[in-house]
Amino acid sequence: MADDVIDADELDPGFKYEISKQPGGENLKLCFQCGTCSGTCPVRAINDKYNPRRIIRMALLGMRKEVLCSDFIWLCSTCYACHERCPQNVRIPELMFAIRNIALREGNIHPVYKGYVDALDGHGRLLEVGEFENEKRVKYGLPPIAEEKERVRKIFHHTRIKDRTDGKLKGGEACATEGSK
Amino acid sequence: MKSYALFLGCTVPVRGMHYEASARLISDKLGFHLVDVPEFGCCGFPLEGADHLTSYVMAAMSLAAAERKDLDIVTLCSACTATLTKANKKLKEDRALREEVNKVLAETGAEFKGKTNIKHFARVLVEEVGYDKIKAAVTNPLTGLKVAAHYGCHYLKPSEIYEGFDSSERPVTLDKLIEAIGATHIEYEDKLQCCGGGILGFDELSALKMTQSKLQHIKEAGADAMTFICPFCAVMYDANQKTAEMKVGGKFALPGLYFPQLLGLAMGYTPKQVALDLNRVKVNLKFPEAKA
Ligand code: SF4
Ligand code: SF4
Repeated sequence: MADDVIDADELDPGFKYEISKQPGGENLKLCFQCGTCSGTCPVRAINDKYNPRRIIRMALLGMRKEVLCSDFIWLCSTCYACHERCPQNVRIPELMFAIRNIALREGNIHPVYKGYVDALDGHGRLLEVGEFENEKRVKYGLPPIAEEKERVRKIFHHTRIKDRTDGKLKGGEACATEGSK
Repeated sequence: MKSYALFLGCTVPVRGMHYEASARLISDKLGFHLVDVPEFGCCGFPLEGADHLTSYVMAAMSLAAAERKDLDIVTLCSACTATLTKANKKLKEDRALREEVNKVLAETGAEFKGKTNIKHFARVLVEEVGYDKIKAAVTNPLTGLKVAAHYGCHYLKPSEIYEGFDSSERPVTLDKLIEAIGATHIEYEDKLQCCGGGILGFDELSALKMTQSKLQHIKEAGADAMTFICPFCAVMYDANQKTAEMKVGGKFALPGLYFPQLLGLAMGYTPKQVALDLNRVKVNLKFPEAKA
C-alpha cells in the first residue's frame, strides 16, 4: 500500500481520548476543521511540513504513531496567533504541548528537550550562571546569582523527567526506534 | 511605593543584562521598587512540552517564593509571564492538580497557596505608572526617532489569562509608550508576527525566515530602530540579525533596543548606563544630550 494511504485498520480510535485527558488537550474534539489555525500560522506559511489543522485531523482519526513519532510536532512556535482566532477554542499550542508530552512518554525524545532537562538538572536553570557570567553581571551593576540545583533535582527525582529524557523509563515505546531520528 | 518581586527567569540574567540593567535603573524613579528573590528559578516554560507536572512544579516553586515575601511578581521575559500566569490560574482553579504539585513541592519545603499576581514590566509601566507619569519623568524626549514596536507573543497572548489588558489583535500599549517618550511609533506590515524564537532549536531556517521577514517589513516602513520587551525576541532580532541576513537574505543594520533602554535614555540616563554596548547591532542613533 502506498505510504500516504491511510489504512483504517491501523487507526487507534482511543487516541483522541488519550490526548483529551492530557492537560492542554481537553478541547481537541471540538475542532470542526475550519482551517483558521493553518491560515493564521506563521510557521505554516513558510514550512510545508507543519500544518496544525492537518495534525488535529490526524489525531482525531487516530493516527497515533504517525502523529506521536513525527518531526512536525516540534514545529509549533507557541505564538498563540491561532489560539486567539480558533472559533472552537481548541487551544492549539496547548494541544501541541499535550501531544509532545505523550510523544516523550512514547520514546520520541527530541534532543532539544533532553538538553533543557540536562541544563536544568546541571545548573537549576536553563543557562549557566557561573563565575564568568557573574563577573559580567557585576560589571554591569547587577547582583550575582547563585545557582540552586538541589531543589530542581529533588523535583526531577520525583517526576522522573530526567530518566524519561535519558530514555531510562520503560512504558509506551511506539517511537522508541524512529523517534529520535 | 509598591514593591515587586523581580522575576528574571533563565535568559534575561545571562543574555539580557542590558534589559535587566535598564529596568532596574528606571523603576524607582517611576514609583515602583524591585526586590530580588534568591529562590526564584526557571518558570517551567521549557518543560511544558515535555512533562506538564514538572513544568507546573517549577512555576509553583517560584510563585510560592513570592508568596512567602508577600509580593506580587514583575517579569521581564514574556514567556515567563505567560507560563507563570497560566500556572497560577490553573493551580488556583484545579484542586487535584494543586494537591499533586504541592506534594512534590513539599520536598523542597515550599507550598503553593495562590496569593501572588504576575505582571509584565511593560504592563506595570502602562497600568501602575501610567503614560502621564512616564511623560513627566522624561527629561530628554527622543524627538524625531522613528521606532517600530514588536509586541511579541506572550505579552498579550493567550488573551484569556490577561484580564482584558490591551488587545491581542490590535495592540496599542507599546506604541503609546513609544509616544510617551517623545519618539514616533511606526506602523508596519504583519506587525503581530512572532519572532520565531520558539522553534529556533527545532528548525533554525524557518525561525530565521520569520525573524527576517519582520526585519524587512520594519526596514521598509522607514523605522530607525525597533523595540521589544522579551529576551527571546531580542536574541532573534538583535543577536541573530546577522545570521538571518546571511542565511535568509537582506541587509538591515536595524538597531533593536529593549523598551526600558529607550525609556532610560529619555529619562536622561547615559547610553552606558542603559548598557547599549550589549546590543549586538550597533546603535548609532542620535540621542539628545544625556545628563551625566
Ligand atoms: S481553527 Fe480551531 S476549529 Fe478551526 S481547524 Fe483549527 S483547531 Fe480546528
Ligand atoms: S501557536 Fe503554533 S500552530 Fe498556532 S499559529 Fe502559532 S506556530 Fe502556528
